[in-house]
Amino acid sequence: MSQEYNELSTLELDALKEIGNIGSGNAATALAQMLGAKVDMTVPRVSVLDLEDVPELIGGADLPVVGIYLSASGSAPANILFILSIEKACLLIDMLTGKQPGETTVNDLDEIGISALMELGNIITASYLNALSVFTSLDFRPSVPALGMDMAAAILDAILAQFGAVADHILVLETEFKKSGQDIIGHFFLLPEPGSLEVILAALGVNI
Amino acid sequence: MSKIIQVGMADLKLSKAPDKLMTAGLGSCIGICIYDQKLKLGTLAHIMLPSSLQAKNSQNQAKFADSAIIVALQELEKNGAMRSRLLAKIAGGAQMFKFAGESDILKIGERNARAVEDNLKKNNIRLLASDTGGNYGRTITFNPENGDLLVRTIGHGERVI
Repeated sequence: MSQEYNELSTLELDALKEIGNIGSGNAATALAQMLGAKVDMTVPRVSVLDLEDVPELIGGADLPVVGIYLSASGSAPANILFILSIEKACLLIDMLTGKQPGETTVNDLDEIGISALMELGNIITASYLNALSVFTSLDFRPSVPALGMDMAAAILDAILAQFGAVADHILVLETEFKKSGQDIIGHFFLLPEPGSLEVILAALGVNI
Repeated sequence: MSKIIQVGMADLKLSKAPDKLMTAGLGSCIGICIYDQKLKLGTLAHIMLPSSLQAKNSQNQAKFADSAIIVALQELEKNGAMRSRLLAKIAGGAQMFKFAGESDILKIGERNARAVEDNLKKNNIRLLASDTGGNYGRTITFNPENGDLLVRTIGHGERVI
């Protein structure tokens, strides 16, 4: 059975941070290419959280957000979530579809806009997983992305429920993407499934 | 002065009027209010999963529909509530991701709703009102004073059930 997350050593945490770093670095590059703008990222944070504290991480339980979710199957199954505020999502759609910034609003999000966002989710998660694959020699196969638009906690809870069945804690690798140095675009989360953590750490040569 | 008591995910709280109970951002989760109208006493549980029996880790009883209802009844009775007077209102159980393919997380909301209804029936608690399903999140506030459950959504209106 999986070890308790709160017993992770500094070395293990560092290894996970490095994974987050490499994955997000790739994802940020992909995002920058799609947007034609410079994208910065924060140093990944590795946190072990109580399930109920996760919504706070993204600004509060009833904050309206867009969430793009994928699961990655393989020898170390994981969940990937890209969360951004609705306003930022609209701006990204404008940038991706060649409209004037501010042209798309919450009320006229159409099929094209939504599919542009899903494609964006697809590309950044694929580049994240690719980097992870190369680094760990593990196979990560992403699912089709799912998109949800609503209160942050509502978006998260179906995903958290999967973890809830086996644990009260969750391991979160979080990176913030920023455009032009300060304007936050969104948060990127990697949530390894219970049991995957050992596989990932072992692949990195970190003995538990 | 009345307070609004926050109930987190996989959490359960009890309050007496004029204090209200609130839980934010229910997606596939369900908020279960059980109350004694005469004493103006109620509990709100925010459950995530249908059954503690299928779970590998069931330490937190407020996480599951079956065990959360039992804990709620114990709490209420400890505070003088009478089982025969208890009523329930529920909200949540949505399916948040529209494009999730055949993934299991699609159906968790629906399974939660069914489990809550079954467990209320099993414990002989009358379900007075429910607002479940759909594909949108809900923030709910329960007022033990009159049993009103206020359901707020983004883009799907606001109602009292």
